[in-house]
This record gives sequence, structure tokens and C-alpha cells, in this order.
Amino acid sequence: MKERPLIGVLALQGAFREHVRALEAAGAQTRLVRLKEDLKGLDGLVIPGGESTTMTMLMERMGLLEAVRQAVSSGLPTLGTCAGMILLADRIDDGLPQQESLHALDIAVRRNGYGRQLDSFEAELEVSGLEGGSFPGVFIRAPVVDDAGSTEVLASHEGRPVAVRQGSVMALAFHPELSGDLRLHREFLRLAAGSRNGKAPVEES
Amino acid sequence: MADTRGNGVLKGTFKVKAGLAEMLKGGVIMDVVTPEHARIAEESGACAVMALERVPADIRADGGVARMSDPALVRAIKEAVTIPVMAKCRIGHFVEARILESLEIDYIDESEVLTPADEENHIDKWEFKVPFVCGCRDLGEALRRIAEGAAMIRTKGEAGTGNVVEAVRHMRAVNNGIRKLNGMSYAELVHESKQLGASVELLAECQRQGRLPVVNFSAGGISTPADAALMMQLGCDGNFVGSGIFKSEDPLRMAKAIVAATTYHDKPEILAEVSAGLGQPMRGVELSTIPREELLAGRGW
Repeated sequence: MKERPLIGVLALQGAFREHVRALEAAGAQTRLVRLKEDLKGLDGLVIPGGESTTMTMLMERMGLLEAVRQAVSSGLPTLGTCAGMILLADRIDDGLPQQESLHALDIAVRRNGYGRQLDSFEAELEVSGLEGGSFPGVFIRAPVVDDAGSTEVLASHEGRPVAVRQGSVMALAFHPELSGDLRLHREFLRLAAGSRNGKAPVEES
Repeated sequence: MADTRGNGVLKGTFKVKAGLAEMLKGGVIMDVVTPEHARIAEESGACAVMALERVPADIRADGGVARMSDPALVRAIKEAVTIPVMAKCRIGHFVEARILESLEIDYIDESEVLTPADEENHIDKWEFKVPFVCGCRDLGEALRRIAEGAAMIRTKGEAGTGNVVEAVRHMRAVNNGIRKLNGMSYAELVHESKQLGASVELLAECQRQGRLPVVNFSAGGISTPADAALMMQLGCDGNFVGSGIFKSEDPLRMAKAIVAATTYHDKPEILAEVSAGLGQPMRGVELSTIPREELLAGRGW
């Protein structure tokens, strides 16, 4: 039996339990990350949806921002969804004046770029490389990617990138953890497994 | 009501309404009465703000009829911050709710803190595209609100008292109500649904999930970091803090401390650190000194 990868889920605020559930259903072990020491020995990290300003401030106050920045820049495979995408972005428009980020993805995002809650929406997405048909996209006060920079765009909606990847960092403007569809979590586990020095990809149960 | 634009884009679905509540989890939603308060709340790490004219402690002190806030104030607060903005309407006052929806507020609180407009009916929340949060004191009340379309629940507590005892009572009542469902047969669920005045389908869903089918925050009387952590440990998904912040001596510090305490609710050493030297919390009142007819939690049916 192959070893199950250990994925950390940033658990400061937001929908982290839904990611834990999805990752475990997709065959991973998980650990909630709230302190620097929780980052040790992880095979991957998920930064969930939630309020990006809240998460960033808690990370700064607990000394976690620099620790996560270093972990991600030294190659820890990372998946960010919605607020997680904002945290990973190199450039944030319409953020708070002092809003920090991890600068892990060469993208520019605009917070709440799709509008307020009344503009939150569901839409089917075509994700490149994903088998089994379209993916149910759930967008909640989602960020808009204004510039996908040098990243690979995996999916777009109405001409705007909504899923991007650069090396082992992946970011989604929507919420796969709310969709009940595990394919993107499985995809991330493959990415995490692939970057673990030749270890075999994880078995899907 | 959900609508469809071209090319299969769906807005106002229950999934996106309940989904925003999922994103607020583990956070603190703060009552604010001015744009300046709203900025302080955002700077402290609030995951959303509740825009209103008076905090519950002042509503309680002033007496009279409490209504929806002035749209000009709601707009000003909306413009002051980038985080979600909620606002309150009176129980059953669907016109106030329509006005708030037209202001593109992110969540409406159909709240017992305001004077009820209807003593039998709550708002039919399915008819709206904006999501609603409603208060409850027990499982039956929570499920009646969900049946009416609420996408998020909060326990009522007793707003404006600075006393957490009612928030604890209501959170424990919801938990006990759910625990009791464990192992019940369908026939027993039907009986229980009659006792609670709640739909059997929703009871069955609670039994299956072992929790409410939507996010459940605590509210009403939370005024220290320890109170916030207590409610998290009792199983709530996040905290509403009303008077507790802006009626304290140093609101920004108190707000930051309550945000940290909500996240690190099970780490006593962090709670001790953030609780140190905060100054006076709001004074608070003993529940038994409030005349029964002035208690807010009994409003709602």
C-alpha cells in the first residue's frame, strides 16, 4: 500500500473543514495549520476560502505569514481557493492598503471583482486536463484574475481565468470544497505526490 | 429566488447563499454604527460587519421602536470597508428586507434586536436573492427559520447585556436537540418534529449530519476573548459580537483579541496572552434584573 500524502489545511478562518473532508475523501491525511510548527513535514498545503483580510492579519500576528511564504517558495505544493488565491497572488487590487500576500503566483487579482454577494454564482467550467466532463464552479464574492502573468490557465469563465497553475502552486477563484466533486482535490494530490522526489502518485480509494 | 442569466450562470441559489456563511466560519462579525467603527472592525480582522444605527446595549437603554437603519448609513458603511456588510430588518418586515436587498447588502439579519413587525410570520426568505441569517433559542426554532429559507443561523443569546449566559443556554439547547436525534427511527423523528414544530425532513438532515444543515454562529452577550472561545468550544461556527467591542475601553484591541480568541479557542496560553491588559470590557447586566417584557430573545416564533 502506498503512503498517503499529508496535506496541511490553513485553519485560521473560513471553510477549512470542507477541504479536510474533501482531501480525506480523495485519499490524503490532513493536519490543521494554525501555528508555524504545524507546517513541518507536510507534503502539501491548502489555503481555503474565507475572508482574505482576516486570514492575512492572523498570519501576520502569529508569525505565520513569513513561515508559509518560505515553505511555498521552497516548493511546498499549494492549493489556494478564493481567498486562498488572493493570498497566493503577487499583486492584489482593491485590497486593504497594507494587505500582505505570499507572492507565490505571478497573477494580479481584484478582490470581490465579480461584485457583492448578490453577484455570487454557480457555473459549469471546462478545466483543461480534467476528465469526466465539466466541473461545478461555485463562486462566492470571488476574486477576478486581471492578469494571469506567466501562469498556466487551466480554466476560464466568460473570458476570465478562474483556475491557474505555476509549478506546484495551483489557485482557483471558486470553491471545489463546496461542490461535492473531488476531481480537483485529486488533481492537487497528484501534483503534491509528483513533487515528492519520485514518490509514486497516490492511490485513489 | 434563484435566477438564470444566459449560458447557465445561476445566481441567488441556496448554495451560494449558504456558501457565503461557510466562508465566514471561524470569524467574528462585529456590530458597527459608523463608517469609522467599520474601518476599525476591518482593521482588527473582522470577517464581516453588521451595519446598524445603535448597538443593542443602546437600543435596550433607549427603549421605543427599533427599526431598520437609515439607508444612507448602511451605504456609508458599505463604502468604508471591503469585507461583507450585513444589516438588520425587523422580524416579518419584508419591505425593510427588500430595501436592504436593493442596497446590495451581503446578508440580512431578520433580528429580534429590532422591534418585531409581525407577531406570527417571519419573512419568506426563499423569495429573496440576498441570504438571511436568523436567531434561534433551540433546535425547533432554528429549523423553522431554515424552512423559511434562512441560509445561516445564530443563537440569540440576550443582546446588549454583555452577559454570555443566554448565549450558552441557547447553544447548549441546539446541541442537546441534535444529540437527542441520535438513533431515532423515522417514526420517532415524526413525533419529535411535532414536539419541536419543525419539519421532519430537516430533522432527518440534522440526524444524518449530526449538526444543523447550515452554519450556526453564536450571538448575544459575548464581550471578552474568553467568551468568544467558550462559544467556539461549545460548537458554534463563529461569533457575532455586538456591544462587546465598541462599549469596551479600547475597541481596536478588544476586537483584535476576540478575533484571535475565536481562531485559537482551544489554546489557553494564546487566550491568556490576547486577554492581558485589554482594559475594561463592557459593564454587563445580570439577567435577573431585566424585566421579562424587556428581554429580546423571546421575540420570534
